[in-house]
Amino acid sequence: MLGEGILKGMAETARNFFGSFVFAERLTTVQYPEERIAPFEAARVFPFLVYDGADWAAGLRCVSCQICEKECPPKCIFIEKSKDKKPDALGKQQFYPTRFDIDISVCMSCQICVEVCPFDAIKMNTVFELATTDRFGGLLLDRQQLAHSNEYYHQIHPTEATSVDEIRAVEKAKADAKAKAAVEAASKAAEAKAKAAEQGAQS
Amino acid sequence: MIQNLDQIFVLFQHWLVGFLPAAWRPMGAIFLSVLAIVSIFPALFALTTVFERKGLGRIQNRIGPNRVGPFGLLQPVADGIKSLTKEDIVPTSADGVVHFLAPIVQVLAVFMGFAVLPMGRNMVLTDMDAGLLFYFSMGASTELSVFMAGWSSRNKYSLLGAMRAVAQMISYEVTLLLSAVPVVMIAGSLSLTKIVAAQNSYSHGLPHWYIFTPWGLAGFVLYAIATTAESNRSPFDLPEGESELVAGYHTEYSGFKFALFFLGEYLAMFSISGMGATLFFGGWAAPFPFLEWIPSWIWFFSKLMLSIFVFIWLRGTLPRLRQDQLMNFAWKFILPLCLLNLLVTALWRYLGEGWERWVFCSLILAVAYVLMGRGGMRGMHVGPRRYRYAE
Repeated sequence: MLGEGILKGMAETARNFFGSFVFAERLTTVQYPEERIAPFEAARVFPFLVYDGADWAAGLRCVSCQICEKECPPKCIFIEKSKDKKPDALGKQQFYPTRFDIDISVCMSCQICVEVCPFDAIKMNTVFELATTDRFGGLLLDRQQLAHSNEYYHQIHPTEATSVDEIRAVEKAKADAKAKAAVEAASKAAEAKAKAAEQGAQS
Repeated sequence: MIQNLDQIFVLFQHWLVGFLPAAWRPMGAIFLSVLAIVSIFPALFALTTVFERKGLGRIQNRIGPNRVGPFGLLQPVADGIKSLTKEDIVPTSADGVVHFLAPIVQVLAVFMGFAVLPMGRNMVLTDMDAGLLFYFSMGASTELSVFMAGWSSRNKYSLLGAMRAVAQMISYEVTLLLSAVPVVMIAGSLSLTKIVAAQNSYSHGLPHWYIFTPWGLAGFVLYAIATTAESNRSPFDLPEGESELVAGYHTEYSGFKFALFFLGEYLAMFSISGMGATLFFGGWAAPFPFLEWIPSWIWFFSKLMLSIFVFIWLRGTLPRLRQDQLMNFAWKFILPLCLLNLLVTALWRYLGEGWERWVFCSLILAVAYVLMGRGGMRGMHVGPRRYRYAE
């Protein structure tokens, strides 16, 4: 207890002080606005809506089932269901959202909406530079602002997007097979009906 | 030419004062000196804040502020504008007058200390016969402002910070004075210019600074510890203790009043560093005779900045002390060593020239240091503290 510890500590800090001028690997700071590091794949900030194809309004995967709206803990999602229906990716007639707003000043980035979505329509974005001078309108994102293409999803979360695409492809194949079977069955039934009618006519 | 450069400020002052009528000249000279002190040290403060932040950054392998101006050198300007434009909040239950006066008293008392510091050859505002005494009395009155701030804020953190500050400053004021007394004993004067003059000679090319004597070294180490505590710097920054007490005694200060406290704290650091240089490092004297051509004020300010660097270095290294450790350290370790140092200095004085005094004085101090360092820790629990209520 004669102050050796203090001297040792001071030698260590001096080593840091001079070392940071000499060795580049000591200074790990990324000077943010000029330099930036790519966001991590698992990064998540606020949700966005995925669409397929070129037209965002037509390609939105969302069928406005409103599960996310109900599950959202801070209640930051607002959805208005459409009156009419249009076919979704699987060819089924579905509603679509005429309004889909997320208030990102309320959103807490919990990802629950993503977990509960049965249609893989809502995913987490990695954009974090959302500062705005208008704290009410500027932070209330509407359908168009939220919509991003599937390609964009592949860009920010490659592995996740690939697995989602695989699952959707399997579902699509199943749905197609089912539809085909249905069509076949319908045609068979029609045939059978026709036959029966024929037989009935003969007898 | 060299002579002129050394005396450039003095000559400039004489030249300016020459324009005044004869009756006003003494007054004018004093006014100019005060103006110089009041403008130079705050400028130094502004530079130090940015260098401190950059230095601490480097110690922690960060870059530090580099956004405002080249290398972030204009950061203090931005900070100054910010603190001037901020709202000045006074708590409703605060004692308005005292709350207002506290930062002013602090800055005033600290500036008074600069009056007696010799900052170069012939560069001292008032060459008082009892300059050292004046200096320490002014330094002690900053305690008043700290307690004024803590008391008038009517905030529990402020008051706790102020109580800590007063306890700490009184404890270390004693050792601060006692560690400076040996210098007075040897120099035989309380005048700071005479203390510098006594150190300003060379033998075998080495200076006669008091740091190069056993009692001077011990005195300097004790002085350095006491000054760190006096100026509330880490590891003795308990009065502020931002992780425990919000900001200690200046919790309830905002805007420019807070900036004044900040200024006062740094100015106190400068003046006490200058004092240390004057007492132990020969003030404005050059370290070697062949370097005497460099102006004396450059030597004074480089010694001052060097000690500021050590302050920053210490702040980047050491964690904060606990209150009981602080008190034990002051009263059980520093104070006895200070008293012993007084005896050793007297012995040094009466052993006369020769090698004996070097051996005896060094031996006594070294043995006392080792014994007290080891013995003081005996029976003391070192390591993580245990709390009965938490078990």
